[in-house]
Amino acid sequence: MLDDIDALAARVPDGAKVALPPDYSGCAMAAVRALIKRGVRDLHLIGVPSVGFQGDMLIGAGCVATLETAAVTIGEYGLAPCFTRAIKAGTIKMIDGTCPAIHAGLQAAEKGIPFMPVRGIVGSDLLEQRDDWMVGNDPFGDDQGPLVLVKAITPDVTLIHAPLADRHGNAWIGVRREMMVMAHAAKTTLVTFDKLYDGDLLADAEMAAGTIPALYIGGLTQVENGAWPVGLFGAYPADDTHLRAYMEMARTEEGFQAYVNANVLDRKAAE
Amino acid sequence: MTATFQPEELLISTIADMLDGLGHVAIGASSPIPGGAALLARARSGGSLRVSMLGSEDHNAFTNGGTELFDCAAQGRIDAFFLGGGQIDGAANINLVGIGDYPQTKVRFPGSFGSAYLYFLVPRVILFREEHTPRVLVPKVDFISAPGTSAPDVYRPGGPYALVTGRCVFDFDKAQARFRLKSVHPGHTVEEVADMTGFDCDQPDRVGETPAPAAETLELIRGRVADEIAETYPAFAARVFNNTASAA
Repeated sequence: MLDDIDALAARVPDGAKVALPPDYSGCAMAAVRALIKRGVRDLHLIGVPSVGFQGDMLIGAGCVATLETAAVTIGEYGLAPCFTRAIKAGTIKMIDGTCPAIHAGLQAAEKGIPFMPVRGIVGSDLLEQRDDWMVGNDPFGDDQGPLVLVKAITPDVTLIHAPLADRHGNAWIGVRREMMVMAHAAKTTLVTFDKLYDGDLLADAEMAAGTIPALYIGGLTQVENGAWPVGLFGAYPADDTHLRAYMEMARTEEGFQAYVNANVLDRKAAE
Repeated sequence: MTATFQPEELLISTIADMLDGLGHVAIGASSPIPGGAALLARARSGGSLRVSMLGSEDHNAFTNGGTELFDCAAQGRIDAFFLGGGQIDGAANINLVGIGDYPQTKVRFPGSFGSAYLYFLVPRVILFREEHTPRVLVPKVDFISAPGTSAPDVYRPGGPYALVTGRCVFDFDKAQARFRLKSVHPGHTVEEVADMTGFDCDQPDRVGETPAPAAETLELIRGRVADEIAETYPAFAARVFNNTASAA
C-alpha cells in the first residue's frame, strides 16, 4: 500500500508504456492529475481498447509522445479537444488500431507468446500503417484465407481505478474484466481504489472471481472518488457539469491550461 | 391519422424493423439511436431478442470484459451490429479515422474502434449516420477503416446490410458493391437525396416513403425505450424524450 497518490504517480517513469481503460471502465483520474502535476513526459499510452478523458488530458498537458488506441472517445460530449489539436499539429505519434487487435495483443502478452492471430482487418488501411501486424495463414491449413498476426503488447504499467481493494493488495474490478487482461499483460499494475475492503477479497469466492490478485499489482493507494470526474461502474455516474466545463475550456490551449491550473495544479480546490 | 413524431423516433423505428426476428444484437460506442432501435426491437420481441450494449450496465450480459463482444462475433453469436463513419463511400467502405493525408489529417475522427473486425464477422451490419451530406457520403473515403467488400479468399460471413441516414434508407448489393436507394423519409425527396449524396448509387424508378412509426411503436419508444436508453445515453434521452430517469 502506497502513502498517497503522488507516491503512486512516482512509479510511472517518463517514457513508460501505460495501458489505460476507457471511460466506462475504471479510470484512475486522480492518478492522471498527479502524473500531470509531476510533469511526466514521453508516455506511450495504450487505450484498451479506446481511451477518453484520461488520454485527452495527458495529451493536452504534453505528457504523451505516442498514442496507441482503437479510438479516442468521450462519448456524448463530442470530439476529444486536446487529442484533435495534437493530431492536427502532429505533436504526437499516432498508432491507430482496432479494438480486438489491442485485446489480442494483450492476450498474447498475458500468455507469454509473441503474437496472436485475429480475424478481419485485411483490406483496412490500418494494416499498412502497422509494422507490428502482418498477414499470415493457418499453419494447419484448415482456414484458407489470410489471418492478421498481431504482435504481443506488453505495457510497462497498467493504471486503473477499482471500486475496492484490501490490505493484502488485491483489487476488485467485478465484471470489468478487460482490466484483468491489462493487469495480466503488463509488467506491473498500479491501482487507485475508492473503498478499503475489510478482509481478504480472495477468501470470498464471490469477490475473488472479480479480483485482480496482488501478484500482478505493484502499488495501490486509496483515493475516494478517484475516477472523478469520469464515473465508476456500479458506483457513481460521471460529473456531467464538470465534464461540460472541461469541454468548454479545453476548446483552446489556453483554456485547457486554465483548467489544469484550477483542477490539477491547485488540487485542493478540485477535491 | 398519423401521429407526429421526431426524426430520432422515425430512425429508431426504421432500424428496429431491420432487427425483428434476430437473436442477438450488439451496440457499440456512441450509438444512442441504434441502441434505442435495439431496445425497441427487444420490447416487441417478447424477450427473444438479446441486446448487448457497450457502456451499459443494465443492458449488457457480457462477463468477460471488452473482449467478449469480439469473441462472440467471431463465433457467429452476434446477428447485427452498427457502424457509422466520418465518411462512407459508394462501395460501403467506412472511414472513422480522418479527412486528409494520414496521419496528420486535417479533420480527425475518434478512430476505427472494432470496425475493421466486426464489419467482417457480423452478418447484418447496419451503417448509420444521421448527417446525410456530400461531405459524409463521398465517392471514395480518404482512409479505409473497414472495407465494404472483400476478396473471395477473405473469411467474411459479415458485411453491410443497409445504410440509414437522416434522409433515407439504402440497401447494399454485395455482388455489385453498390448501394440502392430503398426509401426516403417523410418530408424528404428523391431529388434532395440525389443532391446530397456524393457517391453513385442505384435508384429504382419508384422509391417509396420510409413508413412512419405506428402509434403503439411511438408509445413504446417514448416509454420503455426512453427509460432504458437514458441509463447509457442520458444527454440523448433528455434532449429527445425530455427523459431524466437517469438523474433520479
